[in-house]
Amino acid sequence: MQEKNRGLALFTLLVYVFLLSPLIIIAATSFEPGTIMKFPPQGFSLKWYENIFKQSLFMETFKISIIVSFVGNLLALLLGIPAAYALSRFDFRGKEAWNAVFISPVLIPGIVMGFTMLKYLVVTYHLPMMPALFIGHTVIMLPFTIRVIASSLSNFDFSVEEAALSLGMNRLRTFFVVVLPNIKSGIIAAVIIAFLDSFNNVEISVFMTGPGVSTFPIQMLSYLENHFDPTLAAISVLLMLLTAVLIFIIERLLGLSYFTKR
Amino acid sequence: MTLLALENVSVAYDHQHYILRDFNLNIERGQFISLLGPSGCGKTTTLRLIAGFLEAKSGQFTFNGKNYTKVPVNKRNFGFVFQSYALFPHLSIFENVAFGLRLRKVSDSEIAKRVSRMLEIVSLTGYEKRFPKELSGGQKQRVAIARALVIEPDLLLFDEPLSNLDANLRVNMRVEIRRIQQELGITTVYVSHDQEECFSISDQVAIMNNGVIEQLDRPSTIFKYPRTEFVAKFIGFSNFIEFAYREDRDGEIWLKDKATSFRVPKHAGTDKSGGRKIAIRPEDINITADSPFIPSTGQIDTGKELNQVAGAVMVSTFLGRSYQYVVRTEMGDFTVNREMEEPYANGQKVLLTFPGDKLVIVN
Repeated sequence: MQEKNRGLALFTLLVYVFLLSPLIIIAATSFEPGTIMKFPPQGFSLKWYENIFKQSLFMETFKISIIVSFVGNLLALLLGIPAAYALSRFDFRGKEAWNAVFISPVLIPGIVMGFTMLKYLVVTYHLPMMPALFIGHTVIMLPFTIRVIASSLSNFDFSVEEAALSLGMNRLRTFFVVVLPNIKSGIIAAVIIAFLDSFNNVEISVFMTGPGVSTFPIQMLSYLENHFDPTLAAISVLLMLLTAVLIFIIERLLGLSYFTKR
Repeated sequence: MTLLALENVSVAYDHQHYILRDFNLNIERGQFISLLGPSGCGKTTTLRLIAGFLEAKSGQFTFNGKNYTKVPVNKRNFGFVFQSYALFPHLSIFENVAFGLRLRKVSDSEIAKRVSRMLEIVSLTGYEKRFPKELSGGQKQRVAIARALVIEPDLLLFDEPLSNLDANLRVNMRVEIRRIQQELGITTVYVSHDQEECFSISDQVAIMNNGVIEQLDRPSTIFKYPRTEFVAKFIGFSNFIEFAYREDRDGEIWLKDKATSFRVPKHAGTDKSGGRKIAIRPEDINITADSPFIPSTGQIDTGKELNQVAGAVMVSTFLGRSYQYVVRTEMGDFTVNREMEEPYANGQKVLLTFPGDKLVIVN
């Protein structure tokens, strides 16, 4: 039986207000026609949305962010899929230690990671900004990639792999033909989660950007230093929409795989 | 003719703990052989070794006259049926069964023909387009059997294939497995921990314990004449008597202790030379009410007749068709089953008779 508890209902409402009101305010101010963010907005205009696309720096850094995420994701998958497979499939000496190594980037404060990367990749080894960004983003994506794919593999019955071997398929082909298709949704979820993490990343990127090379969130920050118009509010709304769509996809994928476990 | 031979094979997961040590097994062509034993006895290890999923530390595996020790699993052409069915979840039933044929570059029309014939054998015609998750456990296992058989394997291997199914289905499926195996005349190695299952479908059963085959025989032989105490216990002999002395006479073996002596006529179950331990099933001991005091002398009759011992009922339990008693005697406690209307009361003096032909000498 459902019990009514007014106190609890009120509390829940307050939590929602607390969580959602900044987002609603940002969304509302993005339609402000004036040059300064105001709430409530004094009219309705899409001109700040238009402004995003007129700012070449936004367009350029958006492209860089996408490229960095894409390349980082690719590298993270190339490293992460075999690592997740090895960690789930085999027992070997030091397995726990390896697990800890792969998860460690999540445990280290981002700002420390960023600074370390700067010190080693850029200062010590004189790596150009782009490759440094690729490596930095690969490192932050890798733990998510491994975690999500490993959890997908933990639902996979490895005797299915042995069945393919016993029917005459070699190990490598079995991996591609039998294992990969069955962890597909896990891989897609891993890609999306890693993408979001990389695309929103500031702490690592901030150390590896400079003249000519910058990522989208960094560009947003530097825009804010000089302008206080509603452009950033408009960008925030678009980013929220993008994130919502991606999260929805993950929900569908992981949700489905959850129901088809057996 | 020997088709498969494991010679002095050893398997260890690390340097000290051997699962199998100097293990030997020969299997004849066309035979259905079961490996039976408690968990951890090495039966699954043996099967996985034959399949090629495991590599032996030492020893040789010969198959059909060829050395298979180093042949990788995907080059062996053995069919393997898993406990968890292990169907390909992303493929239809047709594609699951066709999997091995596609690898063998069989033409599409031939694949269609052989898959449909195989689905017919396992009574799953009409299920081609379904996916594994839409099938019941029994159906999945039949697909797995079809998938293993369609490649015309040189050997068929089963790893506890029925243990995830419910009891009724298990009985039906084991009849199916036996029927299909006989129809195709394919040499089969079957692993299970279920005694009834193994005994009902196998030509030969190997009872394993601690990485060693304790006995390899026809099911009926094992059932009647277990060779070792472990095997005897495993198949329901719960009474053991060890004697101090043994004397072999014409057609008879005399076993003696300080107080008692037993005579066992020689038969197939007594050919262990030097064995001084006998075993008998609880239902093979005759139990009769006895007045152990001989009225004239007032002494206790300890059973002067052949192979008799007097005792008293300690515990009685109802088994449905019979009662089971624990009887305490001067030779120790015995478990005895007897069909009767009214049970003996606790403390009842009874006389146990051990029929010679039911006594088995074990090592």
